[in-house]
Parts: sequence; structure tokens; C-alpha cells
Amino acid sequence: MKILIKNGHVIDPANGIDEITDIFIDNGEISEVGVDPDLNGVEMEVIDASGKIVAPGLVDMHVHLREPGQEYKEDIETGTRAAVYGGVTSVACMPNTSPVCDNEAVVTYIKSRAAEVGYANVYPIGAVSKGQEGKYLAEIGEMAFAGAVAVSDDGHPVENSGLMRRAIEYSEMFDVVVISHCEDMALGEGDMNEGAVATELGLRGISRAAEEVMVARDAIVAEAIGGRVHIAHISTKGSVDIIRRAKARGVRITCETCPHYFALTEDACRGYNTNAKMNPPLRTAEDVEAIKEGLKDGTIDCIVTDHAPHHPDEKECEFGLAKNGIIGLETSLGLGIKCLVKTGVLTMSQLIEKMSLNPSRILGISKGTLSAKHAADIVIFDPDKPWTVDISKLHSKGKNSPYDGFELYGKPEYVIVGGEIVINQGELMK
Amino acid sequence: MKHDLLGLENLSAEQIKHILDTAATMKEIVLSNNKKTPHLQGRTVVNLFYENSTRTRLSFELAAKYMSANAANISSSGSSVAKGETLVDTAETINAMGTDILVMRHSMSGAPHMISKLVDASVINAGDGMHEHPTQALLDMLTMIEHKGHIEGLKVAIIGDVYHSRVVRSNIYGLTKLGADVTVGGPSTLMPVDIAKMGVKAYDNVHEAIVDADVVMGLRIQLERQKKGLFPSIREYFRFFGVDEARLSLAKPDAIVMHPGPVNRGVELSTAVIDGDRSVITNQVTSGVAVRMAVMYLLSRGGF
Ligand SMILES: [Zn+2]
Repeated sequence: MKILIKNGHVIDPANGIDEITDIFIDNGEISEVGVDPDLNGVEMEVIDASGKIVAPGLVDMHVHLREPGQEYKEDIETGTRAAVYGGVTSVACMPNTSPVCDNEAVVTYIKSRAAEVGYANVYPIGAVSKGQEGKYLAEIGEMAFAGAVAVSDDGHPVENSGLMRRAIEYSEMFDVVVISHCEDMALGEGDMNEGAVATELGLRGISRAAEEVMVARDAIVAEAIGGRVHIAHISTKGSVDIIRRAKARGVRITCETCPHYFALTEDACRGYNTNAKMNPPLRTAEDVEAIKEGLKDGTIDCIVTDHAPHHPDEKECEFGLAKNGIIGLETSLGLGIKCLVKTGVLTMSQLIEKMSLNPSRILGISKGTLSAKHAADIVIFDPDKPWTVDISKLHSKGKNSPYDGFELYGKPEYVIVGGEIVINQGELMK
Repeated sequence: MKHDLLGLENLSAEQIKHILDTAATMKEIVLSNNKKTPHLQGRTVVNLFYENSTRTRLSFELAAKYMSANAANISSSGSSVAKGETLVDTAETINAMGTDILVMRHSMSGAPHMISKLVDASVINAGDGMHEHPTQALLDMLTMIEHKGHIEGLKVAIIGDVYHSRVVRSNIYGLTKLGADVTVGGPSTLMPVDIAKMGVKAYDNVHEAIVDADVVMGLRIQLERQKKGLFPSIREYFRFFGVDEARLSLAKPDAIVMHPGPVNRGVELSTAVIDGDRSVITNQVTSGVAVRMAVMYLLSRGGF
């Protein structure tokens, strides 16, 4: 199938492209970027992208697809369907499934299920430790050979610093990065951010120190052994500072944040709103400003959703009993445009870099680019066109989103995965 | 529209005064020989207690019965509450039973707020986690008015485990709205972050908190907090934070001593202070029934 995307504002940070031009897709791959008069008369699908952004498909390196084992929350089919509706053409899925993705067999299972039912590309992340118990290294080499692109005990911290050191050293041999969920459990017991709102609501506060202590530890461990580490979902001013200083010293550290850490504050928990309960918790306006600053100056490399679907029973309950996390695949681009691009924190090109190119580089996958001969994964959207979030109409099995009624921008109109149009004028094709 | 009492945070000073005035009338009934009024005849009051509290439950139960309501108790042992039924399920049951007033005690902050959205009955929060315990604060205020004549201008010192206390939060809302000056005191490990933003002065010692107080209120120390490392021992707690006669002498000479009960003797308050002539702890219990009668009565008549 041949597709010509005409007159779009093409943004491709990998190749420094930020201009109105055409893209020609042939046989599933990007054939060329540029206006080519020789294409006149060739039989092909034409997408008129006038007034729209044409960018590499988004790459979300922190997603919980819940399969195998927790299909009542989400599965690979529904999770990747939500992804493409959100313009996300590749996801890396966390291993806290049931069974835990801590061996070659589960990695292979996820890949084969994704090939069968997935709408987006799926890259499994293996566990750091067997059963994510934080005791013994999982078979990282075998998982890497089976296709795992990173390792993480996400959902849990690697509390044992010695194990973290070995994980960083060992993973490097197989060229997979360790993604660290930073949470000192003894400091982190609680329901929401520690501060005035928690005190008023009578909820147990989680100190910023719970996150920052472990961010600092991982920076120090990585520096000491010259290893590489990626910090998951940072939420505090302190974490941004620690990573900024580590990067300045040349430590091989990268990090991500999530839209909720720049779009919301702890105030969202008022009224015991369980859709504002997450881990790390929503912080304060000061932290939000620091997260934006970190995105702007490059301290924060990427934006991920930490898409965490839950069953309604797990959220329609007492705040203290509610599960942590929110869905995010269909709102991340819109929140990025609204909170970062429209406010001048990032240019559109920088947003695409953080939502597509940078995560691809960190994971070492050949995505996030419109370079010729690369699989044609593309998102097309109008960044000035508003849309209103209606959570009942989102496509994840989970409806646990705090953004109901939010006005966002740039709902994806076309999404192309491997040269196939998956979303056409906002509608799913298959 | 139904009316609830979920906390004092969202009540105005006028509404609180109205409840207290009504409670003063109810107290005459409680102290009389004929404790029976027809105020809630034909109404059903359900006490749904997820935490054991014989005193509070009994207080609500008597309040309902004195006003001729049908009162039933559901407690966490011996019912579906213990069997993993969700609050949503419980709410359906409460609705199906034709409940008029639901009194709820729960260990989780916000649980009554959640159930109030699901049930037709008026919900009274009888204590939710570390959040609010509005009828306790109302009975405390009624007791203060009886002994001091007014709330405005009083200095109220609340000493103990402020972090975990729903009593303190409701008292802060109620007392500050009525113009009292509230100080809280206790070990820094039991003091929540930014408590001062609720409009109080916070001290990590008893002396400063208690100086010139008109009212000294002890808060219950849960002995299991010690195991979580929040303070080293009961002995040390009492030595530095217990209210004994020497510390009480820093308060005004006519200061009254209160406690939401049950008191740990020799922990929050010394035995001499508990049994001393400034203690009004038993009067608080009587006020409790009156306040709960007033709240139920007003809720059944369209709110405050
Ligand atoms: Zn995590």
C-alpha cells in the first residue's frame, strides 16, 4: 500500500525537520520526506494534512497492559487500541503482570499476543528480579534475547542497593536499560502527598523524601560503577534537582515524568477523588513548576503515561483502599499540547522529541523517527483543535481518569502503524 | 434534597450555633425523668460501625431511642461488613432497608462522604479515619459553653496525638468558626505537616500550648503507635507530654479539662487530673447524647 501525506507540518526531531512538506509511504516504510513531482499519476491513498502536524507516532515507554493475568483491568488488545486512539504507535509494557514477566516465556507470550491482537507495537519490559521480589536477578539475558527492551521491578522499588548495582552492571551486557521505580517504602507509606491537603483530609502523607532518597541512590550507584539507569515517573522538585546535577557530572542517567505531574496537583485529591490517587502521588504547584522547568532544560528526557487501568471496584471505594494509578494513553498528547506547548514550556518539536524520539533512543528501538527505510509509524493531529475528554468514551477497559470534562487539543485524526492506517479521521479502521 | 452531617468543615458558624442551641434543649430531656420524645417516631436509624466503639455507638443508639426512632446496629463483626462486601454493596442494602438516618463510623477517611453519594438516608459521620468526628466536637463545644458561657475568645489547648486525631480536626473547624483560639501540642512525630494552615498554633511541647488556656483537652494515645516508632515508650510520653497537675497549673486557674475518652490513665492525663474538680469528662458523655439527638432531629427536619 502506498500513502501520500500531503501539505502537513512535518515535525521529525531526529532529522531536524520542522516544515510544511509531504511524506510518501511505500510498502510499510517511510519512502521519502519532501515534495516529489515524480509521484504524479502513481496509484496511492492521499491524506490531506493541511493545517495539521505530521509526526512520528508516539512511543510510550511506561504502560501497564495487565496481560497476562489481570485481563479484567486491561488486555493487550484493549490497551493497544487505546494507545492508537491516543496517537501512541509503540508501547513498552511493565512486567508486573500475573505471572510476573520475569522470564523468556512470558516475554515471548506478550510478543506473540501483541502480534495477534495488538494495534500498536508492543515492547515487553522484563523484571529486574525474580517475581519482582527484589531478591535475585531475573534471567535478564534470556529476556533480552526474547525481545525485552528494558528491565524494571516497576510497581515496586528495588530496595536492595546491592541488587540494583548488579542489575545495572548485568543489564549493560545485554544492552537493556534498568528502569527504576523510586520509592523508599519505609518513608513512603501513605495515601497522598504529605502536606496541607493530606492533613486536612486526614489522609496519610507520603514524603517527597520517599522518592528522592532512591533517585539519589540510583544516581550515586550509576555514577560509582559508570552504569546506566533510567528513573521512572519523577514527580518532585527535588528529583529534578538531583538528576540535573547528576547529568551535569556526566552520570549516565535519564528520566521520565507523566502528564499528571505537570497537569495536576494534590488538590485533585479533595473530595476523596480516587482518580487522583497515584504513586508517586500528585504533588504541589511548586513541584509542577519544577517538572516543567526540568522538561524545558532537558533534565527530563521523556513523557510517559504510566497508563494503569483498574476495575471500577478498585476505584469506587474508600480512598485508603483504592488502587494507585490512572489511565493515560488517550490524553497524554492533548495534555502535552495544552500544558506544555500552549504555555510555551516546550516547542511542538520538543514535545514530539520527549514523547517519541527520546524514549526510542533510551530503549534502543528504531522508532520515533521519519527517516527513510524505517517502519511508517505516524500520527497526524491539529494542535489547535479542541476536544473534550469524556471518560465513558475512552477505549481502555479502565475508566479511571481524572480528566473527565477537560478541554484538550489535538486529538489524533490519522494514526499509521507500519504503513497501515489504523485511525482514519479519528475512527478505528479494523 | 437530603442533608448530612459529614463534618464541621462545611458548616457555617450560624449552623453550628443552631445545633448547639437545639442540643441544649435536648440535654434537658436527657437529664429529665421522662426521656421520651416523639421527634423521630416511625423513623429508622441505622448505626453502621466498621470500627469498635461501644461508647459512641451507645450514645447514638440512646439518642435515637429517646426520640422514639427504630434503631438498629450493624457492626463489623457478625455481619457482611466483615466478609469483604464493598461500600457500594452496603449502600444498596441500606437503601433497601428503608433507612432514614445512617450513622457511620469507619477507619478510612472519606468513607461517609463516599457512601452519602450512594444512599438516600441522611448520613451522620460518627468518625472517619483521621479526618472528622463532628458530633464529638459539637459535644465538646456544648460542654465548653455550659462551663464557660461562650466559645468566642476562649483559648483551647489540645494535647496529644494530633496526627491521627479526627477529634482534633473537627474541633479546629468548629472552634475557630466560633471564634476560639486553638493551640495544639504533642510530639513532633504525632504532629501533621502544615497543621498551622488550619488556623491553629502548633507546639512540640505542652508548656507553650497550655499557657493561659481556658480549656485543656487530652487526645487519646493509641498504644500501638509506639510499635510504629512514633514515640519510644508510654513512660517517656507521659514524662514529656502527659498533662499532670504541674502542667495544668500553667493554664488559667478556672480552666476545665476534657478528653474524648476512653482515657488512658497516666498517659494523656494523670489520674489526679482526671479525677480532679476541673475535669468535666463525665459531663461530656451526657452532652454527647444531647448533641446526637439534636443532629438527628434537625436532619430529619431539613437540615441545619
Ligand atoms: Zn512505578
